[in-house]
Amino acid sequence: MSRIQITFDKLKQQQRKALIPFITAGDPSQPLTVPLLHGLVSAGADVLELGVPFSDPMADGPVIQRASERALKNGMSLRGVLGMVAEFRKQDATTPVVLMGYGNPIEAMGWEVFAQRCAEVGVDGVLTVDFPPEESHEAFEHLQRHHIAPIFLLAPTTNEARIQQVAKLARGYVYYVSLKGVTGSGSIDLSAIEDKLPQLRKHIKLPIGVGFGIRDAATAKAVAKLCDGVVVGSRIVQEVENSTEQNVVANVSKLVRELRQAIDQ
Amino acid sequence: MYNYPDSSGHFGQFGGIYMAETLIPAVEELRQQYLRFRDDPEFKAEFAYELKHYVGRPSPIYHAKRLSDSLGGAQIYLKREDLNHTGAHKINNAIGQALLAKRMGKKRVIAETGAGMHGVATATVAARFGMECIVYMGAEDIQRQAPNVFRMKLLGATVVPVESGSKTLKDACNEAIRDWVTNVESTFYIFGTAAGPHPYPMMVRDFQCVIGNEAKVQMPEMIGRQPDVVIACVGGGSNAIGLFHPYIEVPNVQIIGVEAGGFGIASGKHAAPLTANAKVGVLHGNKVNLMQDENGQIIETHSISAGLDYPGVGPEHCLLKEIGRAQYVAINDDEALAAFDSLCRFEGIIPALESSHALAHAIKIAPTMAKDKVLLVNLSGRGDKDMNTVARIKGITL
Ligand SMILES: Cc1ncc(COP(=O)(O)O)c(C=O)c1O
Repeated sequence: MSRIQITFDKLKQQQRKALIPFITAGDPSQPLTVPLLHGLVSAGADVLELGVPFSDPMADGPVIQRASERALKNGMSLRGVLGMVAEFRKQDATTPVVLMGYGNPIEAMGWEVFAQRCAEVGVDGVLTVDFPPEESHEAFEHLQRHHIAPIFLLAPTTNEARIQQVAKLARGYVYYVSLKGVTGSGSIDLSAIEDKLPQLRKHIKLPIGVGFGIRDAATAKAVAKLCDGVVVGSRIVQEVENSTEQNVVANVSKLVRELRQAIDQ
Repeated sequence: MYNYPDSSGHFGQFGGIYMAETLIPAVEELRQQYLRFRDDPEFKAEFAYELKHYVGRPSPIYHAKRLSDSLGGAQIYLKREDLNHTGAHKINNAIGQALLAKRMGKKRVIAETGAGMHGVATATVAARFGMECIVYMGAEDIQRQAPNVFRMKLLGATVVPVESGSKTLKDACNEAIRDWVTNVESTFYIFGTAAGPHPYPMMVRDFQCVIGNEAKVQMPEMIGRQPDVVIACVGGGSNAIGLFHPYIEVPNVQIIGVEAGGFGIASGKHAAPLTANAKVGVLHGNKVNLMQDENGQIIETHSISAGLDYPGVGPEHCLLKEIGRAQYVAINDDEALAAFDSLCRFEGIIPALESSHALAHAIKIAPTMAKDKVLLVNLSGRGDKDMNTVARIKGITL
């Protein structure tokens, strides 16, 4: 069984919801990424989304754009991110790690090499923002062969036929983008999520995580009631941006602990 | 028979719909609506009417005789897209998409722009059809193309400076996509070149094919036959594919696309992905030859002309190169400037710096060819917008 499945099964038994924080690899610096990942887990994260920086992050708002710029300036590459996961795995053999980013760095490495490296270092899932199911045949084939879960996004604009298409390909969990917009924008409409979820559940048998626009503990708590996992990205990356290298792990851990408590209430 | 893209929007291995999920239903709706109206007689009639009465088509073909004589070789003919309303080929596509937006009930249009010509064209059609218009433009391009920024504002558009990344066309595209994802229901994205997610490369090509379709009728009228070579500059590739596509299955017509060589291919500071054999990658919704580093990060490009300063190129050009039907070459900044000067002095025509690249290649090869050979160059735009750039290079303050 995969780490992702084990994690969600365990949470289900405990009647708890997953907390899935996102950070960008290499932000604020390369040496701090692995300590940050461990800090997230200690503070109560269940699944880690690790952003692979890209020069043209079209689906991201200003906060994650700036994080990508900082990371690239720090010399972060896809190769480097995979190395960080290997480093992380030395001390943590159980927490699932999902790489999230855009397709071109993977295309440049080649899907076969990438999928093999993911398996070697202990990556559990891959979410490629700009690769919809229609363009994911090659990616899917290689990821499947190496037992890496292809994670797909669903959006408020996704119709039933597409939900079915995603249901066939998705492994691990499905990420529902809770608003029309880039990461970190707007505020989410809880009733709209509530309305959409039954349509998703009809076809998606995997756990459903909800993200985009979750900025505080109260919202995290409300969203957790509706789905299986809460993804928090920009708010955490903002905390990284506002911290110093000395206090970033402590500050981010404190924030994640608050989110954890709210979700578990 | 040459028939691309396939039903999934691919030109061989190129093209596709590489977009975030939120926008996939929007591009799918666009595809369906475009296919519905493309052959609709009323849509076609309205498009033809606007092109004739608003844009001023057909654009003439002009024999640049003094220039040709000075070179002593092949005859250079110019397809005068610079004479269109708003001064470039961009308006052909902007009208087509605006008519579609109108039928889809979208009252807000957005666009990206590099040189500002597509921004001006979009602002123009938005005024013409009573739509709200937002144009995203890199902060660096706003500096380079100040007159066009003012034109867009006069036309009632909001120009949003983009400060991220290289502050040029690719970053303007990123920002326009971010707007679209946020306002997907109310907004039509009038994309300015024959690239992006399906159906844009096909749709923009179809609207721009008026260029080549006219030329195919005009050349036999003027010289009794088709040209030996058709030449156009390639940024994203819309003016080029508009001229080339109708000639793809015409035998014995050579097709040459001219990319921006910047400081030279060897310098690495250029915008010529096809000439430099850039690796295939994914950006802005399509798989194309793309200027990138070994880690798959998009690299900053350089060209004297903002409209060519883009790291990718439309998927159909990638295919035409791969199957050998078209050839792609690069012209450096200084060669383009020399061609710019030549056309001013020999013919009394001030070309856009983008178009000057196509012209420069014609000037380069004409002397190597016999006097009865004919080169048809797409003069994609006029140079008024480039006065500041050219003056600065010549050390003149306006
Ligand atoms: C006059 C002119 N020619 C050419 C281009 C390049 O675009 P494309 O390759 O889509 O024709 C531009 C773009 O701004 C332009 O303004």
